Amino acid sequence: MTTPTQKLMVNGKDFTLDADPNMPVLWALRDILGLTGTKFGCGAGLCGACTIHVDGSPMRGCLTSLKQVQGKQVTTIEGLEAQKLKQAWLAHNVPQCGYCQAGQLMSAAALLKTTATPTDAQIDDAMSGNICRCGTYPRIKAAIKSVSEA
Amino acid sequence: MTTFTAVENISRRNVLKLFGAVGGGLALGGTSLAWSPMALAQDKQALMNLFVAIGEDNKVYLTCHRSEMGQGIRTGIPQVLADELEADWDKVVVVQGLADKRYGSQNTDGSRSIRKHYQRMRQMGATARTMLEQAAAQQWNVPVTEVYAKAHKVHHKASDQSLSYGDLALAASKLAMPKLDSVTLKPESEFVHIGKSHTIVDMDAMLSGKAKYGYDIKLDGMLYASITRPPVLGCDVVKLDDTKARSIAGVVDIITLPVPKGAPLFQPLGGVAVIATNSWSAIEARKALAITWSESVNDSHDSDVYLKALVERVKQPGKVIRQFGESVTDWPADNTVNAVYTVPYLTHAMMEPPVATASVTADGCELWASTQTPQSTQQNVAGALGLREEQVKVNVTLLGGGFGRKSKPDFSVEAAVLSQKLIKPVKVCWSREDEIQNGYYHAISAQMYQAKVDDNKLPTALLARTGFPAISSTFAEGVEYPSDGELDLGFSDVPLALEHIQLEAVKATAHTRIGWMRSVCNIQHAFGMGSFVDELAVNANIPCIDMWRQLLGKARIENFENNGFKYGNYGEELADHPVDVGRFLNVLDTLESALAKAPKAGKNQGWGMSVHRSFVSYVAVATLVEVVDNQLKVIKSIAVMDAGTVVNPDRVHSQLEGAVIFGLSLAMMGDISFKNGKVVQSNFHDYPLLRLPQCPDIETHIVASTAKPAGVGEPGVPPVAPSLTNAIFAATGKRYRDLPLNKVLSV
Repeated sequence: MTTPTQKLMVNGKDFTLDADPNMPVLWALRDILGLTGTKFGCGAGLCGACTIHVDGSPMRGCLTSLKQVQGKQVTTIEGLEAQKLKQAWLAHNVPQCGYCQAGQLMSAAALLKTTATPTDAQIDDAMSGNICRCGTYPRIKAAIKSVSEA
Repeated sequence: MTTFTAVENISRRNVLKLFGAVGGGLALGGTSLAWSPMALAQDKQALMNLFVAIGEDNKVYLTCHRSEMGQGIRTGIPQVLADELEADWDKVVVVQGLADKRYGSQNTDGSRSIRKHYQRMRQMGATARTMLEQAAAQQWNVPVTEVYAKAHKVHHKASDQSLSYGDLALAASKLAMPKLDSVTLKPESEFVHIGKSHTIVDMDAMLSGKAKYGYDIKLDGMLYASITRPPVLGCDVVKLDDTKARSIAGVVDIITLPVPKGAPLFQPLGGVAVIATNSWSAIEARKALAITWSESVNDSHDSDVYLKALVERVKQPGKVIRQFGESVTDWPADNTVNAVYTVPYLTHAMMEPPVATASVTADGCELWASTQTPQSTQQNVAGALGLREEQVKVNVTLLGGGFGRKSKPDFSVEAAVLSQKLIKPVKVCWSREDEIQNGYYHAISAQMYQAKVDDNKLPTALLARTGFPAISSTFAEGVEYPSDGELDLGFSDVPLALEHIQLEAVKATAHTRIGWMRSVCNIQHAFGMGSFVDELAVNANIPCIDMWRQLLGKARIENFENNGFKYGNYGEELADHPVDVGRFLNVLDTLESALAKAPKAGKNQGWGMSVHRSFVSYVAVATLVEVVDNQLKVIKSIAVMDAGTVVNPDRVHSQLEGAVIFGLSLAMMGDISFKNGKVVQSNFHDYPLLRLPQCPDIETHIVASTAKPAGVGEPGVPPVAPSLTNAIFAATGKRYRDLPLNKVLSV
């Protein structure tokens, strides 16, 4: 069996991969491109650790196949330009172990892109798919609010 | 502030060599360094002691020998070193220590990093500072008493001269290292880093996706392994059909691993390993394996049936652990309050599952592991491969959470064994299902509490029994009772001012690997005791906080040994960390003050509280809930901690916030159950963790203290569950004695 060539646009760069079109973007990013900022947490779309943007919308990298992103722009934490948001994360000292934080930032950035001043309910809704076992939720919420109120 | 980890630092092996291997003759507290000036020429850093090196670039390289898993220790340990060293924080570079016994224990577990290493880190910083002062005095030819180190320089008062640390490093490193207990430590009033909320050193890396965790290791030619492990403890592979799996693109090999006999220990579980050129191929090929498993003695384990039997057992006399006053053989039925509480099996569910990468060559084995315990990783890997410990180099990555699971080195042994077989670097990646179904579980448990009360409904005597399969069953066959060490965790060590106390343990056989999880047996013991005190308070019609005050009695140092009970005290001397009832009362008072300013419980709402000492810290927690149409909403939590002296207050607050959330997760939703010997749950859909919309407002208070540093990571967890169920009782009049709550309430 020959593996078809897959084209992938990540963080503004074009890549050509010899990979199974059904391979989730998560593993292509991590194992092939060495972009390990996107994390594995559950492999089932339940925890949000692998959240990426596909044409600006948040998607779970573990459930999104290479063939689904053909011709689309993929953004990962390594390419996320959300300085205000990252500054807010820093100001609130959000991370503990840090493992889930790339996914949290990707979800928060996507929320703020569509909803500049989200309500509590909108924050709850947008962030409900991202688990943090360390328990940084109060600071995540405070950081998002500080950006939206700024 | 710049940092690098051993992981990022593969290209800077010279520095690692300096820290990890040079100075072979140096023992802690030793007086000389077996250190070659040649190394300095190569490395441009001068080793002052095992933890401190200073570069010609004037940077100080501080080793953190403990694992970072979210508690902030890669910031905390350097803060202590840097303070005594009088180092500029901007010139500090943090180096992650390799596995090395010369550091002392590196087992990052038991909330020990600061409480066990604070004094020694101060001394290590101070010896380096002293050597720099001596070097400057020699250079200026003045008595050492005339010089002093301040802000990264040594100064001479009289001549108004100063020299930077970088200028002095080489000369200082050639001096004999002073004895640790001979150096003068700074007065606490002069601390500049200790007690300051420095931003964690890995912040930038974490926000940019550059931080390297165990899962992120990639070596040249590395293969990826995914392992199907025995679904029931003790069963083995009888038949394997891997034809279909081998046909999947990217699959390199499929290897059957032996299932160990006897006690589980830290051994890998065995099973069938799929080796592939990428994670996805390994995962897909695993699905195509057809495995027939043998029978196991644990096939009939059903946790519902087991728990029912355990509940009956705690109603019958057990083995007496601690007793004074009247011996209770047949408790009178009148004037008593009694209840039985249960907590199911739980698992760690840290966001990064276990993962390790090994590269075995003719010279030995190098590992990159997401481990809390580099030294036991080294020992167990050496043992499994037939190597000497010094042939196994263990690099510690950042950990995507640990909570006790990563202090078991089984997954590192798996990687090492596979790398040895394949003669290639191998990364073993556990899936979420692997983590949930093949864990070292927090024990299922039942606790019976019974109190005799007087005419005012105040308790005069307590009988308590606990039953749970012991952690020691993981390390020896035939264990049927908990060890003293487990009973010391919140069961035998509550300082109650009662005339009669009898504490007993009942028999419980293990059918799976029992391990330790954040705050360990304190979880079930604080839930039982904390719930029972509320039941006593309701019976006496007084606030729960006042029933605690009644039970704890007056401020005093409790000396259990007066009545023949030897208490382990988390490995601390009672002289250093006494069981101090005054500190219990103080966290209660602080909580009461915070509650006075907090919102009052409205309609369908209720406040609950509890208090607990564990890991020699004292924590009181109050929770406000609302229950409408059987839907639970946690509105607010207040947590008060007395952890003695704290190094980084922000990280203590964050640990306390995290502990509240960890406690809510387990109380509301945590449940690992077994049917036919297998774990029923498999991923976050059926082992849910608290999510952001469920998270209450959390207010944390740290009690100002100059007492010796105590534990921080774990002690916040135990009082959370009882404060929650007590709050639900206050809101609804319904008492929930069996966790988790999602069996009866919507959460």
